[in-house]
Amino acid sequence: MSEVFDIFLLESVLNGLLLGGLLALLSLGLNLIFGVIDVVWICYAELIMVGMYAVYYFHVVFGWPLLLAMLMGILIVAMAGAALHYFVIRPVLAAEPINQLLVTGGVLFFLQAAATLAFGIEFKNLGVTFPPIVVGDISFSMPRLIAFVTALAGMLGMYLFLTRTYIGTAIRAISQDRTIMPLMGVNPNRIFLVTSALGGGLAGLGACLLVLQYDIHPAIGLSFGPITFLICVLGGLGNMVGGFIAAFIFAQFISVGGFFFAIEWGYVIAFLFFIGMMFWRPQGLFTK
Amino acid sequence: MSDAAGNAMLRVEDVSAGYDGFQALFGVSLEVNAGESVAVIGPNGAGKTTLLRAISKLIGVTGGDIAMEGRSLKSVPAHEVIGYGIAQVPENRRLFPRLTVAENLKMGGFLPSARARHDERLAYVYSLFPRMKERSGQLAGTLSGGEQQMCAIGRALMSGPKLLLLDEPSAGLAPVVVQSIFEMVKRICAEGYTVLIVEQNIRQVLKVVDRAYLLETGRIKQSGPSAQLLASDEIRKAYLGI
Ligand SMILES: Nc1ncnc2c1ncn2[C@@H]1O[C@H](COP(=O)(O)OP(=O)(O)O)[C@@H](O)[C@H]1O
Ligand SMILES: [Mg+2]
Repeated sequence: MSEVFDIFLLESVLNGLLLGGLLALLSLGLNLIFGVIDVVWICYAELIMVGMYAVYYFHVVFGWPLLLAMLMGILIVAMAGAALHYFVIRPVLAAEPINQLLVTGGVLFFLQAAATLAFGIEFKNLGVTFPPIVVGDISFSMPRLIAFVTALAGMLGMYLFLTRTYIGTAIRAISQDRTIMPLMGVNPNRIFLVTSALGGGLAGLGACLLVLQYDIHPAIGLSFGPITFLICVLGGLGNMVGGFIAAFIFAQFISVGGFFFAIEWGYVIAFLFFIGMMFWRPQGLFTK
Repeated sequence: MSDAAGNAMLRVEDVSAGYDGFQALFGVSLEVNAGESVAVIGPNGAGKTTLLRAISKLIGVTGGDIAMEGRSLKSVPAHEVIGYGIAQVPENRRLFPRLTVAENLKMGGFLPSARARHDERLAYVYSLFPRMKERSGQLAGTLSGGEQQMCAIGRALMSGPKLLLLDEPSAGLAPVVVQSIFEMVKRICAEGYTVLIVEQNIRQVLKVVDRAYLLETGRIKQSGPSAQLLASDEIRKAYLGI
């Protein structure tokens, strides 16, 4: 009895690890935007929803190969991110944080309503199924493993971009000192636009990974938007490394907590953990 | 030397500038000729930093004009000023504290034209400041004050400027370090850069530069060769405590 128990526990820990990779990717985009532009995209998960619909339409409706449809999804959300910055964020860049929050909150409801109007409320999915991977007594879901590996690769790519290229270095620099960037010949508006496209691109990549596991509907953003946001806060808003670690902690609470009680309890425990942490370290576990 | 008909490298003409409803500069005019080192001296709050910000277009110019090598900067956005060969080392150095020394230097050479010459200029900056080479992988925020100033000057040199604007390079540094900073400025001038330096440390800076302007409450009060200003009764009484 206790042996079976241990194996299932191990399975939950490993599944938590896989989930952690995905959550880390989702939080990276949000953290990037906040760290550089100092604005929270409350509508971040709705951009992911747009990406999921894009992949669905290009693959299922237009019949494109899945990988090409996913590439298109990433591109579309990247452009949506840039557009969000240009048309919505830029005009309120100097406004109070609460106004910026409300404006992106408005975009959240706009995207939800627009998606309902355009795509209807019925659930859609790609209709692709993957066999589970069985290793000994432990089984993994293939999409989760794909999501984990791709998320890690995406984060590594982002790390290399931010550390090796001129634009990437400028993105990190501008998050440390915005006002002197023009002295380097850097146009801050251009860097913000590139950063927003990157944040959108990450949301698009997240969409590709989620669409392999979940059905698409206009309110899908609500099921992981809040978690993503809480992970960022837990890691210290804008702190990409902190968000990365927080994602794995959070995922373990969900997965292992769900194992000991029930799946729904996993989330309850994770959110309780978050609330407790906010009393103990309101600035986040890993503050800049 | 001054007032050579229209061939100054930098010409600031009757410039007014300030901040939201507060005017800090009132019709300031000055010139810097190629190869010269010129200081703007004056007390705290005189408008020295504002003047350099106006030249770099970090703030709007409400009156008058600024021209570099005869080309007006009037409609030039801040991030394009460096393309005219003007680099600024801002007040308090303003390094990116969580970037390494090498990354800070890299940012100074951000312009596409400068990127192609990155390695060559980096070698040059390291030859000027060997300490920077030793510290290249260190986070700039962990450098000592004097090292930070070297890094900030190096960052400005990475763009390959003709004119270097220095805003109080000696401010906030220990007296022994101040001495070495002025040695550094002397060397930069000797390297052939044209330099416009802003300082409160009047005695020291006048030993280094060719000419100087005295700025008080946003207006130029005096100007002339360094030796002449050093000997001026007004400056001796008000600023040198003699
Ligand atoms: N960002 C700012 N906003 C409003 N007023 C400013 C700002 N910076 C400087 N000032 C004011 O402009 C005047 C000139 O300041 P500054 O150019 O910094 O002087 P200095 O560099 O000679 O010490 C001062 O009265 C100062 O209070
Ligand atoms: Mg000043």
